[in-house]
Amino acid sequence: MQTFFQQVINGLSLGSIYALLALGYTMVYGIIKLINFAHGDIYMIGAFWGYYVINQYHVDFGVALVSAMAVSAILGMVIEYLAYRPLRHSPRITALITAIGVSYFLENGMSFLFGANTRNFPQVIGQARYTFFGVTITNIQLLIVAVALVLMVGLQLIVQHTRMGTAMRAVAVDQEAAELVGIDPNHIISFTFGLGSALAGAAGVLIGLYYNSIDPLMGMVPGIKAFVAAVVGGIGSIPGAAIGGFLIGLLETFVQAIGLSAYKDAAVYIVLIIILIVLPAGLLGKNVKEKV
Amino acid sequence: MQAKWKAALIWLVLAVAGFYLINELIVVGVINAFIENMLVTIGINIILATGLNLIIGFSGQFSLGHAGFMAIGAYATAIITQQISNTLGFYLSLGVGMVIAMLVAVVIGIPTLRLRGDYLAIATMGAAEIIRVVINNLKITNGAAGMYNIPALANWPTVYVFVCLTTLMIVNFARSRAGRAIQAIREDEIAAEAVGINPTKWKLAAFVMGAATAAIGGSLHAVYIQTIAPSDFGIMQSISLLIIVVLGGVGSITGTFVAAIVLGVLDTALQQFGALRMVIYALALILIMVFKPSGLLGRYEVSIKGLLERKGGHHGTTDSHEVE
Amino acid sequence: MKISVKKMMMGAVALMSAVALAGCATSTASSKGNESKGNTIKIGMNMELSGAAAGYGAQMKQGFQLAVKQINAAGGIKVNGKKMKIETVIRDNKSTTSGSASVAAQLAGSDGVSAIVGPATTNDGTAAIPNITKAQVASVSPSATDPDYTLQKNGKVQPYVFRACFENNFQGETAAHFADNTLKAKRVAILEDNSSDYGTGLAKAFKKAFSGTIVSQQSFQEGDKDFNALLTAIKDKQIDAIYAPGYYSEVGLIIKQARAAGITVPIVGSDGMADPKLAEIAGDANASDIYYTTPFSSKAGATNKLAKTFMTDFKKEYSTEAPTFSALAYDSVLMIKQAIESANSTNSVKIAKALAKIKKMPAVTGEMTVNAHHDPEKPIMIEELKAGKVVSASEQK
Repeated sequence: MQTFFQQVINGLSLGSIYALLALGYTMVYGIIKLINFAHGDIYMIGAFWGYYVINQYHVDFGVALVSAMAVSAILGMVIEYLAYRPLRHSPRITALITAIGVSYFLENGMSFLFGANTRNFPQVIGQARYTFFGVTITNIQLLIVAVALVLMVGLQLIVQHTRMGTAMRAVAVDQEAAELVGIDPNHIISFTFGLGSALAGAAGVLIGLYYNSIDPLMGMVPGIKAFVAAVVGGIGSIPGAAIGGFLIGLLETFVQAIGLSAYKDAAVYIVLIIILIVLPAGLLGKNVKEKV
Repeated sequence: MQAKWKAALIWLVLAVAGFYLINELIVVGVINAFIENMLVTIGINIILATGLNLIIGFSGQFSLGHAGFMAIGAYATAIITQQISNTLGFYLSLGVGMVIAMLVAVVIGIPTLRLRGDYLAIATMGAAEIIRVVINNLKITNGAAGMYNIPALANWPTVYVFVCLTTLMIVNFARSRAGRAIQAIREDEIAAEAVGINPTKWKLAAFVMGAATAAIGGSLHAVYIQTIAPSDFGIMQSISLLIIVVLGGVGSITGTFVAAIVLGVLDTALQQFGALRMVIYALALILIMVFKPSGLLGRYEVSIKGLLERKGGHHGTTDSHEVE
Repeated sequence: MKISVKKMMMGAVALMSAVALAGCATSTASSKGNESKGNTIKIGMNMELSGAAAGYGAQMKQGFQLAVKQINAAGGIKVNGKKMKIETVIRDNKSTTSGSASVAAQLAGSDGVSAIVGPATTNDGTAAIPNITKAQVASVSPSATDPDYTLQKNGKVQPYVFRACFENNFQGETAAHFADNTLKAKRVAILEDNSSDYGTGLAKAFKKAFSGTIVSQQSFQEGDKDFNALLTAIKDKQIDAIYAPGYYSEVGLIIKQARAAGITVPIVGSDGMADPKLAEIAGDANASDIYYTTPFSSKAGATNKLAKTFMTDFKKEYSTEAPTFSALAYDSVLMIKQAIESANSTNSVKIAKALAKIKKMPAVTGEMTVNAHHDPEKPIMIEELKAGKVVSASEQK
């Protein structure tokens, strides 16, 4: 039983990272229907930024986290402006290829500039372990889950209760109608990219601290898994992305716990396909009926 | 009637002439082993990408799982040619690979082809990853170590012939009644259904056909490179095929040829740049897409028949769909 | 519009026969290997400089370049009484098999190199074999470890394929004997890197040679960062040791997370761990009771003068501690240099023959002799880490 609860803790802390990343995917997809392949790489840039400011300026963890979020947000908006905005009225598949190009560019540009090797993240917060009834949890695991939850709730508040959030939802539903009531879609889309990228940047710094290891390709696999999480949760839905993230994290953990570690990725995709077949719009997604 | 036969004849002559041209260039040494290697890689990519273009461009199904079917063909060939190391074994394995890939495509396609757009993409990507993970853990496929010392049963003429055959197969399919049906479904599924076209059936047909050509490409890859490993058939491989299709122009077979050649040459030319290689490649990709959003050729198709008819005073019948 | 199947078949038949005719005329290039023209010897590098293995490839490139720089500074390689400098041609294979085949064709063909260093991984290595064999140019891989890498299908040795590293069976067996005899472990859990032949091959060899019980065998993938689930699952199985064949990026994290989860048993691994980065990633406090098999030890300086100078020079050049992969790439160049000198020729066929005859060559990773399988025979060591520092390196018999 202790082992079971320990695995739940493991799954939740892994899942919170996927959830943070999935939020960015879901927001961008919800508003411009683009699978932003470069999202995982913004997470990598966030981690490298944290690494840089902590090593160079010896700032504390909070400053590193907030500045990484700011840098990632700016980067996300710049990418949107340069690479995606010119393609707003092109076929969606073109924008997807551009997103893949941006992803390759960030990954390989970072390996070219800073080397492809793994580096260790400065441990600004000493690790402490707490044991309750035989279940161990570290302060960093608690921190990750807490930061993730705070950011998710904050995001939900922004989207549901601010003017900007209302505008975001309007653009997501009907871009032209939103324009008619005086909303500038470019402005809103840019804001959405910034918001999503800030979350990715936060995830990057948290991961750096948690695992103590960052490299230019670190965004690739979590990026794809997070997208799967967003799809499972129902793409476009913020609570859905959070649930999807935690679900994928728990699933991976339990597949490994029962000794099928070799099939952990396959299990994720099997669940994805089953969910899509049963609920084509994901767990919390809205199923839009096609009209004749 | 006349123009049709004439066009077919001209294509045949062009194919044979192209073959002799390459052959002569090899004999006189203009094409050395390195260029030959590049050309064969381009040829295999053309086979893989035309099949994907059939799925994406003609039937409008966004598949991101092409590498999975390629893996099936490659492994069928690697396993069978271990026992029967001759040309017969290779062609047998090619057939076996195609049949397995088609069966798997049916199994994957029936439930997933109901999904739309990006959902289908992510589902097919997942399916391909499942195939890869299974191969990575089987004994018969030698697990993660992959298979090597595969006998060299294909050279450039084999690949050349297969490029011609698969292109012929796909162009014919696209222009047949079946092809018109799948294009009707792409444009408007509900309208197509209303005129009696069964969308599931035809979408599946295109998907299965694409899977079969992917298996051919995989088989050729296995006997040409002589080494295969599960990591060759990951998401990145599916994406690089998708890039060829989109860069050339979704729905243009000619475009697929052009893009496969452009990217193949670019890729090998960048080999000397080391770590900078992929940075340049990525930049080229972004720039082409931003400045040519509908791909290098859009939906343009080289059609000798169209040329002949235009000369003869008829109106050109080249497919000139509007680009989405 | 519709073109009949019949016509399609006819076209196919016509094309096939045309090809069959042409087949008679297709050329078969015959070569007698590459030879240097001019005053330099060209040595190529077919390396993973981008893609999944780029981190390891970059380290090998550093070792390669250091070796060439030093040889050139000393005047070059002596051939026929004349000192010739090395000219390098470095090409990236993107960590893919098709990339490696293409680079091999270019290096051995268009570039006309006399010998090649690389590729790093077995899969990329085997993909290069057809092209280098056709061109008759030898390659020395610093780190392709599959036992069958140097062998043809019929069991004969590949004439142009060499390596500077141990093959998996030797390392895996050594680790198993160490777990049996020195650690006296009875129950071992295996955590293998399942994304290449390296981890799975070592695990297989270990399993075969280990006399105790394998309690659990689990796998992970290259690039994985979270091992908590695997570690929690083996924590209560009363294990005496963990065998974790893989690279430092992942095994470093396994060590860190194992210690954090309260697993204190010894962790045994392979030369993919032999890198100062291992302790950096794991954290010094966690990196105790860690053992791994390696051909190269930073403690070897006492007995191996070459290793000592290499470590000092490497640090001077790149201001970081020398990793094992760099040492292996450095030795690959030394092997080629030795072969050129003993063949007294820059002809690639003669170099390949001379590589097979290398005996008792002093090298950074220990005095080596190339055996009948083109594997280097050299002493294997087990290093022990305590608080992140290498405290001992004992030679294993």
